[in-house]
Amino acid sequence: MNYNWDWSVFFKSTGVGSETYLDWYISGLGWTIGISIVAWIIALILGSVLGVMRTVPNRIVSTIATVYVETFRNVPLLVQLFIWYFLVPDLLPDNLQEWYKQDLNPTTSAFLSVVVCLGLFTAARVCEQVRTGIQALPRGQESAARAMGFKLPQIYWNVLLPQAYRIIIPPLTSEFLNVFKNSSVASLIGLMELLAQTKQTAEFSANLFEAFTLATLIYFTLNMSLMLFMRLIEKKVAVPGLISVGGK
Amino acid sequence: MDFSGVIPAIPGLWNGMIMTLQLMVMGVVGGIVLGTLLALMRLSPSKWLSRIAGAYVNYFRSIPLLLVITWFYLAVPFVLRWITGQDTPVGAFTSCVVAFMMFEAAYFCEIVRAGVQSISRGQMGAAQALGMTYGQMMRLIILPQAFRKMTPLLLQQSIILFQDTSLVYTVGLVDFLNSARSSGDIIGRSNEFLIVAGLVYFTISFAASRLVKLMQKRLAV
Repeated sequence: MNYNWDWSVFFKSTGVGSETYLDWYISGLGWTIGISIVAWIIALILGSVLGVMRTVPNRIVSTIATVYVETFRNVPLLVQLFIWYFLVPDLLPDNLQEWYKQDLNPTTSAFLSVVVCLGLFTAARVCEQVRTGIQALPRGQESAARAMGFKLPQIYWNVLLPQAYRIIIPPLTSEFLNVFKNSSVASLIGLMELLAQTKQTAEFSANLFEAFTLATLIYFTLNMSLMLFMRLIEKKVAVPGLISVGGK
Repeated sequence: MDFSGVIPAIPGLWNGMIMTLQLMVMGVVGGIVLGTLLALMRLSPSKWLSRIAGAYVNYFRSIPLLLVITWFYLAVPFVLRWITGQDTPVGAFTSCVVAFMMFEAAYFCEIVRAGVQSISRGQMGAAQALGMTYGQMMRLIILPQAFRKMTPLLLQQSIILFQDTSLVYTVGLVDFLNSARSSGDIIGRSNEFLIVAGLVYFTISFAASRLVKLMQKRLAV
C-alpha cells in the first residue's frame, strides 16, 4: 500500500492563513459542543413539558404530546434538518425571512437550524424518558401529595419531577450522547463542526487515516468520559429505597 | 405549494425507495449475523474474545453513524487495494452497506446479548446435562429461544436503520431522500418534495412500529 503515514500532520500548516490542522479540529469541536449543549437545553425543557403533558389526567393535553412524539420519532433526522434549514425559512413572514436569509451569516443560520432541529428531535425522546420516570414512581406519591392539598402543578414540581429525574439519569445520559453524535449531521448543511473539519483535513492533507482516527478518538474519549461522569452523578443523587443504590 | 410535479416523479422516487430498502435489508441481515457472532464472543468464557467484542461495541456505539459512513466511503477502496494489491473499484453502495453492517452489528450485539441472558440458566444446565457441546447448546437451545424473545427489539432497531439510511446522502448515493431532493430541485419544487419525503418516511416508520407493538403484545408470555 502506498500510503505515507504521518502523524505529525496535525501540527502542519493548512495553507489557509497561519492555521494548523489541529486548529481546525479545535474549532470544529467547539461547534460540536456548542450545538450539543444548546440543543440539549431545548430538548430538556421541551421534553420535560411534553413528558408531563403525557401523564396529565387530561385527554386532549396528553394526545397533543403523543402526536408530537410520534411525528418527531418517525421522520429521519436528516429530513427534519432539511425541513428546518430549507423549508421553514420560506414559510416565515417576509421581514423575518429576509433577516434569516440575508442578514444572518451562513454559519449562524445553519447553527440556528441545527439547534432547533436537534432540540425538537431529541425532545420527543426526552419526553418518553420523563414519562417513564414519572410512571415508575409509586402511585402513593401522587395520592399523598393530593391528600396534603397540593395542586396539580405543585404535585409535579415538588413531588413527582424531582424524583423522576433522579431515576432517569442513565437514559437521559445516553440521549445526551446521542445529541452529541447526531450533531454531526450539521456537516451536511455546511456548518464546520468536527466531522466537517475532519473531512476537510482528509481532503487537504491527503492523510485520510490519521484525520479520521483523530476524529474517532475525540468522539470516543468525550463519550466515555461523559458516561463515567454521569455514572458518578447517578450514584450521588440516587433516591434511597427506590432503586438499587450503589448497585451495578 | 404545488404538488402536481410529484406524480410524474414517482418512478424516480420508487427507485430511490428500492435503494433505501436494499440498504436497510442488507444492513439488518449483515448486522444481525455479525452482531450475533459478537454477542457469542461477549458471552463466551474466553476473556480475550469477550474483551475484543466489548471493545468493538463500545467503539461503534460512541461514534456517529455519519462519521462511519464517510470514513468507510473514503477508506474502503484504500484497504481493498492494500489487501488485493490491485485497484478494485468499489462503489458508494458497497462501502455504505459495509458501514451499516459493521455499525449496526454493535447495536444488534447488545440486543442479542440481552436476549441470551434473559433465557433461564436451567436451559443451559439441561443442555449440558444432555451432553451437548457449547456450540450445539447455543445453536439448538439458547439462540432459538432468545431470538423469539428479541424479535420486537430487532425490528425496532431495523426501523431506526430504515430512517438512518437517509444519511447516505453524504456520499451521493441516490436513496429515497436523495431522489426526492433531486427531483424537486429539477423542477424548482424542492420544498414540496421535502414534505412528500417526510410524509412517506413517517407513514412507513409509523405503520411499522405500530405493527411491531401489536406483535409484541401477541408474543408476550
